[in-house]
Amino acid sequence: MTGLPVLPTKGREQAHIAALEGVTVNYPGRGRALGPFDLTVGAGEIVALVGPSGCGKSTALRLLAGLEAPSGGRVTRTAGRGETSVVFQSPTLAPWRSAVANVALPLELAGVPAGERRDRAREALAQVNLADAGEARPAQLSGGMAMRVALARALVTDPRLLLLDEPFAALDEITRRALADDVLALWLGRRPAIVFVTHSVEEAVYMASRIVVMTPGPGCLAAETRIDAPSPRLKGFRTTPDFRTAAETVSDQLARAMAHPR
Amino acid sequence: MSRLANRLAPWALIGFLLAGWELACRALGIPSYRLPPPSAVAAALAANLPLLLSSAWNTFAMAMIALALASLIACTIAVAASLSNPLRRAVSPLAVALQVTPVVALAPLIQIWAGIDHPKAAVVALTAVVAFFPIYSGAVAGLSAGDPDLERLFDLYGATRLQRLAKLRVPSAVPFLLEGHKVAVGLSLVGAVVAEFAAGSGGSQGLAWRILEAGNRLQTARMIAALVVLAIMGGALHGIFSALERRLLARWLGR
Repeated sequence: MTGLPVLPTKGREQAHIAALEGVTVNYPGRGRALGPFDLTVGAGEIVALVGPSGCGKSTALRLLAGLEAPSGGRVTRTAGRGETSVVFQSPTLAPWRSAVANVALPLELAGVPAGERRDRAREALAQVNLADAGEARPAQLSGGMAMRVALARALVTDPRLLLLDEPFAALDEITRRALADDVLALWLGRRPAIVFVTHSVEEAVYMASRIVVMTPGPGCLAAETRIDAPSPRLKGFRTTPDFRTAAETVSDQLARAMAHPR
Repeated sequence: MSRLANRLAPWALIGFLLAGWELACRALGIPSYRLPPPSAVAAALAANLPLLLSSAWNTFAMAMIALALASLIACTIAVAASLSNPLRRAVSPLAVALQVTPVVALAPLIQIWAGIDHPKAAVVALTAVVAFFPIYSGAVAGLSAGDPDLERLFDLYGATRLQRLAKLRVPSAVPFLLEGHKVAVGLSLVGAVVAEFAAGSGGSQGLAWRILEAGNRLQTARMIAALVVLAIMGGALHGIFSALERRLLARWLGR
């Protein structure tokens, strides 16, 4: 249906946007939480991090965001301030702000004039199909709508790197799927690199061009799979043999990683 | 029907207790300087109403001035403390010390500082000491109660300290501040009455003085009448501030 050209995924990694090289993270009292772990994120790439609970997926994401420093190894980021956005597991909206004011927050912190940031926030809300909900407060929004507002807030700065930390985990299946399609549709515009953490193998296969499976904590690379299918996915992609095969492969990798921790 | 019953229940209990009290006083012939019947209290209340109301107003005014003063000082210190960890640690034991010291024990000292000619200033100062802690601890807790992920978002976008304070910490503290002030309102009224007692002079002309005065003259009915006015004022104040807290909280949440 969406007869859109497929972007070549190979050959784009040279222009990488963030990279973790042999990084380790140790937390006092908890020991090692991650690594040694390597991950290179190319411009415009969609990478899924899949792994068991507590394997350090979220930690890896925070390293990519520059929110945390590694205990060892090297983190390189070419996306500067304001070019990285994060969406957390919960919408984390400020309850005292309207939806549009929540979306405008990153611009407000960057000192963008009031009129312009309001226009851009409204535009971002329209992109996630919430043009009419601008004045609503978070308490008045459903879970899926609140997540969309969080997505709009992440997109309002036109990021080059978009990091999603299990953003759909708390939502029902139908809302999850709708949001997955929304994210892919949004990606089509400016093609930011996306790294997302998920528990769901199917979600990973559906959205990502590359799936990184991690071992139980402290997480290391267990396996990597490329999905060569057009992004955004064609309608009915979930029912194709390719999808099933890829999902089986990744599930097996995950099961092996769980069965044989280092 | 059951809603009506629920609404009437407290009044029914009050009526029942008053009737029992009245009957017991009459049947047992208790001397009225020891325990006057409710009818005598009502008569004393009616006869002294203007004086009791003006005294209640004095107590109320002192409590509210003290509350405003405590709120201003507590919030200022809490904001400063939230900007500097060493400062917060430095202030904390002092705040606790102030809170655990009985206001009665502080009274003689504060009276000396306020001067014998300014009993009202002494009462206000003592009441402010009582009202300070719930507001301060609420503010400190609230200012560090921002959603950790929202804090990370502020990190991500390189927010300045002032931006973080104004756009994240202070708004996050609102529910805590409302709760702290609600508790402080009740305490400030109690504090004002205790401080008046402790100040022990008629200069403040509040309800506590009416109680002391009537007690010294063994006018027990007047004592109880003053207590009734105090209880009604306390209840009304609590009701008003609870309703205000609910409204403001609903507004903050956007419900």
